[in-house]
Amino acid sequence: MILIWLITILFVGGVVALIAGRFNALLPRIIAIATVVIDGFVFWNFCSGADLKLNIEASSLAEGSTWITQTSHVWIERFGINLFFAMDGLSLVLIALTLFLGVIAVLSSWSEIVDDTAGFFYFNLLWVLAGVVGVFTALDLFLFFFFWEVMLIPMYFLISVWGHEKKEYAALKFFIFTQVSGLLMLVSIVALVVIHHQQTGVFTFNYIDLLDTKTDSMIGMCIMLGFFIAFVTKLPGVPVHSWLPDAHTQAPTAGSVILAGILLKTGAYGLMRFIFPLFPEAAASFAPCAMILGVVSILYAAKLAFAQTDIKRLIAYTSISHMGFILLGIFAWNTLALQGTVMQMVAHGVSSAAMFALAGGIQHRIHTRDLRDMGGLWTSVPRTGAIATFFLVAALGMPGLGNFVGETMVLFGAFQMDKTITIVATLGLIVAPVYALKVIQEAFHGELNTQNYDKSKMTKLKSHELVMMGSMIVALVVLGIYPQPVIDTVAPVINSMLYNVNTQMALVN
Amino acid sequence: MLDLLWLVPALPLLGFLILIFIPVPNKLAGIIGYSTVGLAFLVVLSISKEFLTAPPESGHFVLHLWTWMSVGDFKPAFSLHLDGLTIVMLNVITGVGFLIHCYSAGYMHDDPSIARYFSYLNLFVSAMLILVLADNLLFMFLGWEGVGLCSYLLIGFWYKDPENGAAARKAFVVTRIGDTAMAIGLFLIFTQLGTVNIQEILTKAPGQWQQDSFMVTAIALLLLGGAVGKSAQLPLQTWLPDAMAGPTPVSALIHAATMVTAGVYLVARTHTLFELSVIAQTAVMLIGLCTLLLAGFSAITQTDIKRILAYSTISQIGYMFLGLGVGAWSASIFHLMTHAFFKALLFLAAGSVIFCLHHKQDIFEMGGLWKKLPVTFLSFMVGCACLAGIPGTSGFFSKDEILLGAYYSSTGGPLVFAGGVLGALITAIYSFRLIFIVFFGESKTEPDVKQSAIMKGPLLILCALSLLGGLGHFYHLPLENVLPVGTHTLAANQDHTLLTVILWTVPFVGIFIAYVFFQAKWLDPAMFSKNIVLIKLQDYWRSGWGFDWVYDRVIVFPFKFFAKINKSDVIDSFYGGVITATRQIHRMTSTTQTGSTRWYAACMVFGLLITLLLAVAL
Repeated sequence: MILIWLITILFVGGVVALIAGRFNALLPRIIAIATVVIDGFVFWNFCSGADLKLNIEASSLAEGSTWITQTSHVWIERFGINLFFAMDGLSLVLIALTLFLGVIAVLSSWSEIVDDTAGFFYFNLLWVLAGVVGVFTALDLFLFFFFWEVMLIPMYFLISVWGHEKKEYAALKFFIFTQVSGLLMLVSIVALVVIHHQQTGVFTFNYIDLLDTKTDSMIGMCIMLGFFIAFVTKLPGVPVHSWLPDAHTQAPTAGSVILAGILLKTGAYGLMRFIFPLFPEAAASFAPCAMILGVVSILYAAKLAFAQTDIKRLIAYTSISHMGFILLGIFAWNTLALQGTVMQMVAHGVSSAAMFALAGGIQHRIHTRDLRDMGGLWTSVPRTGAIATFFLVAALGMPGLGNFVGETMVLFGAFQMDKTITIVATLGLIVAPVYALKVIQEAFHGELNTQNYDKSKMTKLKSHELVMMGSMIVALVVLGIYPQPVIDTVAPVINSMLYNVNTQMALVN
Repeated sequence: MLDLLWLVPALPLLGFLILIFIPVPNKLAGIIGYSTVGLAFLVVLSISKEFLTAPPESGHFVLHLWTWMSVGDFKPAFSLHLDGLTIVMLNVITGVGFLIHCYSAGYMHDDPSIARYFSYLNLFVSAMLILVLADNLLFMFLGWEGVGLCSYLLIGFWYKDPENGAAARKAFVVTRIGDTAMAIGLFLIFTQLGTVNIQEILTKAPGQWQQDSFMVTAIALLLLGGAVGKSAQLPLQTWLPDAMAGPTPVSALIHAATMVTAGVYLVARTHTLFELSVIAQTAVMLIGLCTLLLAGFSAITQTDIKRILAYSTISQIGYMFLGLGVGAWSASIFHLMTHAFFKALLFLAAGSVIFCLHHKQDIFEMGGLWKKLPVTFLSFMVGCACLAGIPGTSGFFSKDEILLGAYYSSTGGPLVFAGGVLGALITAIYSFRLIFIVFFGESKTEPDVKQSAIMKGPLLILCALSLLGGLGHFYHLPLENVLPVGTHTLAANQDHTLLTVILWTVPFVGIFIAYVFFQAKWLDPAMFSKNIVLIKLQDYWRSGWGFDWVYDRVIVFPFKFFAKINKSDVIDSFYGGVITATRQIHRMTSTTQTGSTRWYAACMVFGLLITLLLAVAL
């Protein structure tokens, strides 16, 4: 029941913010932050009392005993569609990330959206969050698809209404990419359900039931690719990545924060939850291709990032590069790589959200995103410079910060699967500082360059900005030196996924 | 007492945290900076005393703090490992580090960003201590990257000049190339041995791999890649001369005494792997030999006082690598220590010159300074005497051991020995060229800044350490239980009078040559600038043997070129093509909507005909 509450609170909060916006432009942001905080509190309260299934026996791995909580209500009985929500350690970590970054997103747009559109803005923001929480908990594939769409449409509005100079183009591009790939997923879902019906005579969209579906290799591969394309587009990976730089560049700050911090992770979550468990054989035979795509993403996007002069566009490409590690990790499909993947999702969520918040803050002040218009910002705002340096250093994979833990585990894990691909991926470690240090140099170092903006406009970070930056710094340091709680929380899930997939593979052979 | 080992890296870290989070007045920043390192030094001293008087039975001590991440076999920990090698490194880092911190407080006293300076410097010391204390390679990698980051931050400390930023980025990226090789080495080690703990690796390695097997060679070479990057050896040495853009005390601490010797430490620490592979060990030796010669020739031709010292550092670390490569393990560590003393001294003394001459660095704008800056002159004399290896100084003892080891080892031999001796000759020439030009001759710039006691004190202490560091109990570093018996000890059983005579005379020959050219002027150095070939050769040496030129053309320019031409992402143009195609089709089909009924009717009939035809045909 708790899961339905989590989603409902966000939906209702969104509606309340929309109504409140009719009366006062400053009210919606307070309602929005209150909603997310209450949601977080409810979630925290539940988790602190619940059995997190951290120490389940190896013998009970097979029974899907890793669910911490689940709830199911009939929705469309004829097709076996249920309101089936469940949460395990993986969902738990990602929901925590979502709510944390939800607060950050509201704070990052705190003084950006204060006109009479604020109500609708926060309505969309909260509905995206609701959609994301839904995606992370829905285990009925139809319901999953429903939430996949729920997070898409408000995001479209966030970009197209409050975006920057090319907002319509970017929003439409985002929508079409996600929608087309989402439709592929819908086709795949229906195909899977039909095959399951042929085999058992039962219509069901239930994930756990569908796990037992046997698909022959050709059809299995096609259905798997339907899911894969949808998730990789969302991730995004090369070659279906090109919506992201536009969407990020044009989105308002809060939109970028949510997009980079959370929405991309739904793609990663989907890859992890559905591809191997539902299609073990097809996934295994496809794994080398996917890993190569991951490596191409890492290197190609890093090189593109280096070439950019628009700071948000640059960060967007670094996101694609970092998501390449996730693709690599998931398709390496062993404990270490999967743990690294989850860690990378969380750490990249935080670090990219922070960088977009900073970039948004700078743009809000001096009305430019172009690195060539900046320069020497350290002189006027040293603290902002130091904070930006911290997050860029985190992004280039400095040990002691979260991103390093993720990337390291992915690489150590992937190396056991495929040495050559992993060695090429490791070259990403060389390119990462090339682009990250370029940003520090061009934006913050050098002589102060105020040709294109008024010097007095580049003001210090305000206290709410300091709070959000500080909390993200703490998060990355803790993840970097003591990531074990996250590892322990998702360990049962990963073990059971690996166990089940291995059992199925063994049955087939 | 040993349980307080965690305090050693924690104290400088505390200094870092105070300096970045609490806005302290500039005067206090320096005090916080050096007092935390000083306290760490005291802790190190008492730990060393306890460890050496009552060593643990196993010969080492491990302090487990917490497990970093634990997934299956992969469980690197925040664990500190203390043995004789660590003791030596800890003393060097905190001792020399403390002196340089004190000196910095004077050198940087009027810099408005002094708090930022000391925060970086403290973070550096902390990371360096973690590097040498770590008991597993991943934790060591944390320190390893941490020192690299601080090096980046401090080279680019005066951030307003873009050239400093470029030097800083170059240092970071070039060393990162080596680090990446090292990372791949770690993957291999873990895949093969299932652990990243250093002691476990050293124990398991001989059982896992045959002597000279492919795998152990690959691993050793990959680790060597990391060492070569950090220690500025061929072919990744190019970043160090540029790194001189940072404040001079930084060059003393990071780019002479501590960080750049991390590679030497890494190879010594994992010596078992190198002993298992003749190829890898020979590679270490050859890299060391080539580097020491190439850097020596470059040093002779430089005119910037700091660049001379930078090339000299590269060259001296070359000696350490040579020592490692020929199996003179403890001699290398000994040289690491003495080099830390005298090179820190030289850099600080160079800093004094630069400080007193308002940031002039060209040696030909100096001259006749010996009377005006007596303490600095004394420091330079001592430093250069050690560098040149004048008998009796610390540098002499340590270099001797390495060269004797080279002569008697199986990988080395007389030829390698001869190369090392040639290097020593060059060293003596360039170090006394520096002395004669800067401190003698006619005065060109008047020093008019007074140094405070906090700058002179460290110089004098380092003088004493450099002179005496080779004598007495320092001579027997507590390395017996950590490193194998070195090849340099073989010399004791042999008659090596001839070698000794050579080693005693070479420094004096070098000094004499420098005297002939740069002091007495019996021969004019301008004679080398008359022949076009010689001019070209000098330019070639001065530019560091053209490595930068090649790397720019092979790596940097192509990367930038491809990044530039593909700035707007060629893959996106495919999607742009889809849009254009859709619009074109739309335009074409919309032209068919003419409003003319006759045209519509004709189309319908035509369509019907085709359908019928198809139906018949199929």
